[in-house]
Amino acid sequence: MARAVSKNAKIGYTIAAWTVALVIFFPILYTIITSLKTEQEAIEGFNLIPSFTFESYQTVQSQNDYFKPFMNSVILSVGSTILALIVAIPAAWAMAFSPTKRTKDILMWMLSTKMMPAVAVLVPIYLIFLRTGLMDTRIGLTVLLMLINLPIVVWMLYTYFREIPGEILEAARMDGAGLREEIVHILAPMAVPGIASTLLLNVILAWNESFWTIQLTTTNAAPLSAFIASFSSPQGLFWAKLSAASTLAIGPILILGWFSQKQLVRGLTFGAVK
Amino acid sequence: MATRQTQSLARLMRAPAIILLLVWMLVPLAMTLYYSFLNYNLLSPGQTSWAGFFNYQYFYTDPAFFESIKNTIILVLGVLTITVVGGIAIAMLIDKPIFGQGIVRILVISPFFVMPPVAALIWKNMIMHPSYGVFADIAKFFGANPVDWFAQYPLFSIIVIVAWQWLPFATLILLTALQSLDGEQMEAAEMDGAPAYSRFIYLTLPHMARAITVVILIQTIFLLGVYAEILVTTNGGPGFASTNLTFLIYRAARLNFDIGGAAAGGIIAVVLANFVAFFLMRAVGKNLD
Repeated sequence: MARAVSKNAKIGYTIAAWTVALVIFFPILYTIITSLKTEQEAIEGFNLIPSFTFESYQTVQSQNDYFKPFMNSVILSVGSTILALIVAIPAAWAMAFSPTKRTKDILMWMLSTKMMPAVAVLVPIYLIFLRTGLMDTRIGLTVLLMLINLPIVVWMLYTYFREIPGEILEAARMDGAGLREEIVHILAPMAVPGIASTLLLNVILAWNESFWTIQLTTTNAAPLSAFIASFSSPQGLFWAKLSAASTLAIGPILILGWFSQKQLVRGLTFGAVK
Repeated sequence: MATRQTQSLARLMRAPAIILLLVWMLVPLAMTLYYSFLNYNLLSPGQTSWAGFFNYQYFYTDPAFFESIKNTIILVLGVLTITVVGGIAIAMLIDKPIFGQGIVRILVISPFFVMPPVAALIWKNMIMHPSYGVFADIAKFFGANPVDWFAQYPLFSIIVIVAWQWLPFATLILLTALQSLDGEQMEAAEMDGAPAYSRFIYLTLPHMARAITVVILIQTIFLLGVYAEILVTTNGGPGFASTNLTFLIYRAARLNFDIGGAAAGGIIAVVLANFVAFFLMRAVGKNLD
């Protein structure tokens, strides 16, 4: 659709759009800039040009052992997503390729479990974790995050699998393909993109989860979300350091996020907006 | 095509996910319900007793409860208003022919990927801090007195932070909807001399209605659970001025060790969320076939 737009109009829209975009992005940009300042510079007033020192990054690592919460974040988000995929792939597969009358109801019910407010089960989960020794362990939190994201994982996979044409299977069977060949040569290659997208979005969601990670960890299993939240009071005024920790915490996921814009729409609206 | 064998295989493949979610949904919720009828405080173990509806009554007559409900509603409505109106405007702007559209999209979507504690800390210290924040710098530049945002307008400040986090989501969803708008229809309306605002009201808005509904419903679910932003910035205060229902229940459970009271609050939160969820499920369900 090539609608004729005058060059001036295009320049006008461009300036407006870039202004809005930069205002929205500014807090992130300013955090990155501040992380490259010295502590003194950081509180001296508005300044967009840092002295490009990596001092604060070194301080964060040496004083707070930043690597530990970072690794916890990686383990929790990737671990819980892979666990969820192991459970969800067969389920979504069955619902997409051998649907029954109740499949739709089951899917809707799964979605409804996502509507349960986390705080409503805070008391029992907290007590269970306390009594079974799961408090502040990575395994406990991994399983919890898996359960939280399982409905979205099943849903996303289901919407992807449904786009794989069933006729292709029948054709392969006619040609005498066995179940093994069917899966290895036909289904797996077609399902991989959907599974990868699901993995990506759910790693992002698990990485940013902040309610349960704050409630159920102290030091050993604390991922970045809990670690940064504990920064709020004592280190309040060390802004360069705070900015460095923040930049490291959001950097990887920001970059992953840029690649997952489409999956985001699909995953979070459960296919309701395409 | 589905033989009996493939059907039982399918059942076997579905079972783990269904059983896990069933347990995850029923067991904790049943426990919450049970605890909500107990006098149970972690500080006085061994003195647990049956409380009947006392916890609900206690929660219900606590002035903090009403304040937290009021704050929850203001927070949800405030963020929804900003994100939906702002989202429509920004989506329409980005949809126009502009230079560097891809980069603009990336910049706009970015706040969504910032984890809540980081978003809250950035805004609290870098942007809204009364002496060193960017807002204070701007105020000083114009010779005005900087505002102490979190002390004077705690709830409003939290609304700003949460709206910043969710504006990208609304924009992205609405932009997706906007891009499927029929260009020819729009052109025809333009040629017939329909002014911009009536093209917006009679063509664009109805086309986006569904996406707007989805944005409102999904955001509401998440906004009812806002927690880390409050914990990191105001800690619910001053007083209860920025305490929402989620934060009030957290306080009862973790700071007052009142298991019974927190459980009763949890049940109230479930009722509230179900009310919203009912409408969301209907909107999504229509699209399933």
